[in-house]
Amino acid sequence: MNKKPSFFESAASHVVLVLAVSFALYPVLWVVALAFSGTQTPSPRVIPVPEAPTLAHLSAVVGATRKVDGVDIWLFGRQLANSLVVSLATALVGVLIAIPTAYALARFRFAGKESGVRALLATQMFPAVASAIPLYMILNYLGLLNSRTGLVVCYASTSVPFSIFQLRAAFEAIPVDLEEAAMVDGATRFSAFVRVVLPAARPAIAVTALFAFMGAYNEFILAATLLDKEEMFTLPVMLQRFIGEYDAQWEKFAAGALVVSLPVMALFYVAQRHLVAGLTAGGVKG
Amino acid sequence: MASVTVTALKKKFGQTEVLKGVDVRVPEGHFAVLVGPSGCGKSTLLRLLAGLEEADTGKIELGDRDVTRLEPRDRNIAMVFQSYALYPHLTVRENLAFGLKLRKTDAAEIEKQVKRASDMLGLGALLDRLPKQLSGGQRQRVAMGRAIVRKADLYLYDEPLSNLDAALRAQVRVDIRKLHDELGATSVYVTHDQVEAMTLADVIFVLNKGQVEQSGAPLEIFDKPATKFVAAFLGSPAMNFVDGALERAESAWVFRAHDLVVPVDEATFAGGLEPGRKVTLGVRPHEVEVAEGGEETTKFVVTVVEALGPETYAHGEIAGAPFIARVDARRSIKKGETLPLVFRSIHLFDAATGTSLRAR
Repeated sequence: MNKKPSFFESAASHVVLVLAVSFALYPVLWVVALAFSGTQTPSPRVIPVPEAPTLAHLSAVVGATRKVDGVDIWLFGRQLANSLVVSLATALVGVLIAIPTAYALARFRFAGKESGVRALLATQMFPAVASAIPLYMILNYLGLLNSRTGLVVCYASTSVPFSIFQLRAAFEAIPVDLEEAAMVDGATRFSAFVRVVLPAARPAIAVTALFAFMGAYNEFILAATLLDKEEMFTLPVMLQRFIGEYDAQWEKFAAGALVVSLPVMALFYVAQRHLVAGLTAGGVKG
Repeated sequence: MASVTVTALKKKFGQTEVLKGVDVRVPEGHFAVLVGPSGCGKSTLLRLLAGLEEADTGKIELGDRDVTRLEPRDRNIAMVFQSYALYPHLTVRENLAFGLKLRKTDAAEIEKQVKRASDMLGLGALLDRLPKQLSGGQRQRVAMGRAIVRKADLYLYDEPLSNLDAALRAQVRVDIRKLHDELGATSVYVTHDQVEAMTLADVIFVLNKGQVEQSGAPLEIFDKPATKFVAAFLGSPAMNFVDGALERAESAWVFRAHDLVVPVDEATFAGGLEPGRKVTLGVRPHEVEVAEGGEETTKFVVTVVEALGPETYAHGEIAGAPFIARVDARRSIKKGETLPLVFRSIHLFDAATGTSLRAR
């Protein structure tokens, strides 16, 4: 039975929570302060607030332009589009490949299943940077360096195994009875999969796609290796270029970091309904 | 609607032979119950009928159609699953209409059939709810509705009451029988609950270790079990068993075990009576009475008394074997009391094979 907490218990838990939230948000507040400070290097202080507040850094990052092939382009817009297109395509390709694979692993018995799963697992043991050089050579051979397609291929190859594991567990959690009921009702196995299994797995698919998107959106090392034209950069590479060997433009870096975070925050906001699992609740006994 | 004929059906999973050549015939419009303990193969048989498993050998016919190798969707069957298997993302109405939509039934007909099924099952107020918004009993009714909304040749039920509480189970059991009488559809129902089997079935198939041990009308099986297994499985409390041997005493046959001597009717067990044959005596708890005087009796010392209201069960031992006797609920019985029992009906089974000695 749940007992209502006393005033002191409630106050103590709120104090702990406020401290924990402050601890987590403190660096973020510093980034905010930095992004909107007019001084070149803000002095360290306990409470991070902007000094001589300004939007100059923000507009410098967002409004940057470059002349490419004699034409002025909106550099930040291009880089944002690169990041979004590459991340969305990675999520889409990854999930489209992972769904049928994970379903087969969850439902069917076939030769090589276990060794295949072990091989997939093995790919997760190596850091992405270990494959940077071979990937560079392969993309160079295919003429896909400095292209969104090349980056999507690389990202999908790393996101697919994780997506498969994630979705396999989700499909295994869906009772086989649901598909069998659909097949008795008149569905083929494929239509039972499309009409019953996929809707039941929607929260898991949404989370998997979100992870794949985030992985691609935040990835830096491969992008920095495979892209060298500024107009093809993704946002993490763009951010890193503010930190040079002899000069660091921290205020632009901070302003850029805030802008880069916005699409992800928006995505989380939109997807939060799907993130709460439980669509299958009530379909079977219990 | 169609009859069901299963011939010499065999099914193995790996090295385990789950069905060892099963023959079943359910006439059109009958309610058949497959009953047996866990692992006897009853659910496998049901899944083979549904087409969810493929038979190794043997034949399944619905009416005059051989459906042995057909996909589930081509068999025209409907099934109620133990877990209900309601589609979680669809409302009750959409769950009911799912099968009809897949079969490209026109919208007006779907609406009509959904209304008919929901009226029969009292689902009218629940049509726009999702399965997660329903109670266990309501989900069970939706699962039934999804089956009866279609005009199937055969209706299959896989332990549909096992997730309900006892009171609801008794009520839904009656509802299922009523529904069957209304629809007149051929049905095959799997359960391990012998009360469900006895109350629902027109014909019972008792399965044991992958084979049909006995089939027939419920009371026929209950009164004349063909084997000790069937005798033990049907009836609650279970039949009492005492091991002993047959003897010829003067002109009559008796069963003897230690100091227990029970007369054996020669006509009932004709053909099975041999002096010295090792047999097991079977007596159901309700087949004994407390003698009121003048009769030859068996002394029975009561060790435990279970008063259930309408009846009372006295527990004790006879010839070293545990024994339960049903006695009049209004009779006052105490622990330690000795009751003079008379056996009104007995069963005899061969001690080695377990088959009944009753003449057929």
